[in-house]
Amino acid sequence: MLSVDISGKLGEMDLNASFESVGGVTSLFGQSGAGKTTLTNMIAGLIKPEKGRISVNGTVVFDSSNGVDLPVQKRRIGHVFQDARLFPHLSVKSNLTYARWAGRRVPSRDFGEVVELLGLQNLLERKPATLSGGERQRVAIGRALLSDPRLLIMDEPLANLDQARRNDILPYLDRLCVEAGLPILYVSHSIEEVARLSNTLVILSDGQTPAYGPVAEMLTRTDLGRATGRHEAGALIEGTIAGIDHEWGLCLVDIGSAVLQIPGKVGDIGDAVRLRIRARDVALALSPPKGLSIRNCFEATISSISEETGPYAEILCSVSGQTLRARITRASVADLGLSAGKRVSVLIKSVAIDRRQRAPALVSQAELTL
Amino acid sequence: MDFFDLQPAEWQALILTLKVASVALAFALPIAILVAYLLARFRFPGHGIVNALVHLPLVLPPVVTGYVLLLAFGKKGPIGSFLDNTFGVSFAFNWTGAALAAGVMAFPLMVRPIRLSFEAVDPKLEDAAKSLGARRFTAFLTISLPLALPGILGGAILGFAKAMGEFGATITFVSNIPGETRTLALALYTATQTPSGDIAAFRLTLIAAFVAFAALIASELLARRLRNRIGGADA
Repeated sequence: MLSVDISGKLGEMDLNASFESVGGVTSLFGQSGAGKTTLTNMIAGLIKPEKGRISVNGTVVFDSSNGVDLPVQKRRIGHVFQDARLFPHLSVKSNLTYARWAGRRVPSRDFGEVVELLGLQNLLERKPATLSGGERQRVAIGRALLSDPRLLIMDEPLANLDQARRNDILPYLDRLCVEAGLPILYVSHSIEEVARLSNTLVILSDGQTPAYGPVAEMLTRTDLGRATGRHEAGALIEGTIAGIDHEWGLCLVDIGSAVLQIPGKVGDIGDAVRLRIRARDVALALSPPKGLSIRNCFEATISSISEETGPYAEILCSVSGQTLRARITRASVADLGLSAGKRVSVLIKSVAIDRRQRAPALVSQAELTL
Repeated sequence: MDFFDLQPAEWQALILTLKVASVALAFALPIAILVAYLLARFRFPGHGIVNALVHLPLVLPPVVTGYVLLLAFGKKGPIGSFLDNTFGVSFAFNWTGAALAAGVMAFPLMVRPIRLSFEAVDPKLEDAAKSLGARRFTAFLTISLPLALPGILGGAILGFAKAMGEFGATITFVSNIPGETRTLALALYTATQTPSGDIAAFRLTLIAAFVAFAALIASELLARRLRNRIGGADA
């Protein structure tokens, strides 16, 4: 659905990006200065790449070998900018309908539906200057959705917001990603947002795209430590809510061969959930320990161990078809005699799975390729 | 004679002045907006030269500007004879010539504030407009132009005031013909050159002051309404 293979200049640095995604939410992930905004501006048509090819939903918008270079206004790519860029002299309503009255686009989405989806009902008559940062971003998203886009680019829509505002807007993004029914390119340097929202992950590092693929698979790749950030490394586990323990305030999540206990009410019984478990929050034991405060303990098989030159080792464990990532010391690997294929007990503190890292599971990759 | 009753000659000068200044503004303002936008948004070869040319009437003695206009737009001038032969438009010793002189002299005063206000409009807003399907010109009309309106209004007022009071270039280019090119400023000059013209000069001064004052009040009201419409300048 989105296919990019371009090269160009990024200041002094070379930018070489090549990836494909089948649809749903594709995250472009990288540290500040990796070239994320330059790359999105190239896809949107605001910056011209030196050479290469970009196609969106089967339409070639740029191809240097055939001299194709559609101007921004003809690409039909909705762009949500980091700084919202609402038109300050127009009301929220006129901003939302700008594509219709100035861009002569015929929105395929109903105005009322978009307003409802993003909770903009009470803001329509206001001017952008009177809105909070989170409200502005919601208006900017609505404005882009109503421009009849083939692709929606969201360039770090949460970067300029404080944590409280982010928490306000994230549920809207969750709904948008599931309900929008159009491919989204989500740019972020937060692994948390990426894990929560995306289906495909593209890693951008120093202007290069070393790897891309389904998000759960990418997060368990231990060779990408530098790009994904060592402390935030972790894996995604999907499951369904099997029960709710009201007395102790816990939620029971069935992940196949094990049931995890996580704090707080995440949803209702039967809801699909996606948990991000950081590698550094996972401990391993040769047998289930006794007399321990850790509530999550289950059996898993070690699928690989990658030792680095430093004191750490990254271990991937397989639990009923899903992959968990554990980060322990090399010394422990040696002491316990761990090796690939060995059965171990996995220990995860319930409180380490904190509230922000949960989200409804998205459409699975398999469904999207249909 | 009642002091507050305007005499026919005074009426004539007042109406002519308003006509000359309005026509000058009507023709010069759109060009000033275009030039200001180009200077603010684009870096092109000759940017500095265009900028210098625009400001030339501001630094040249008005008589020089008037004389250059006479050479170029006079009956025998290259542009003047061309316009006369093809369109039948004549500037020499005509009120249209007074309007041309006023427009040229007012031009740099209009370009400057308009350019500054275009520079204050974030060009990224036009990128956003284009991403929503607006063409370049539509983006200009719907985003940059309305956001620059306060500066355009300021430039228009300065230009109108300059056009109303223009003297040197006008008298050099189109002379001082009653009912044709004798604007308030020229009438005032004529009165001061006439023995016992003191009262006439004083009355013309009052008229000029009244018109200027009324224009300022009107523009202030307009500016206030504009500010309310645009809301906060914050993007």
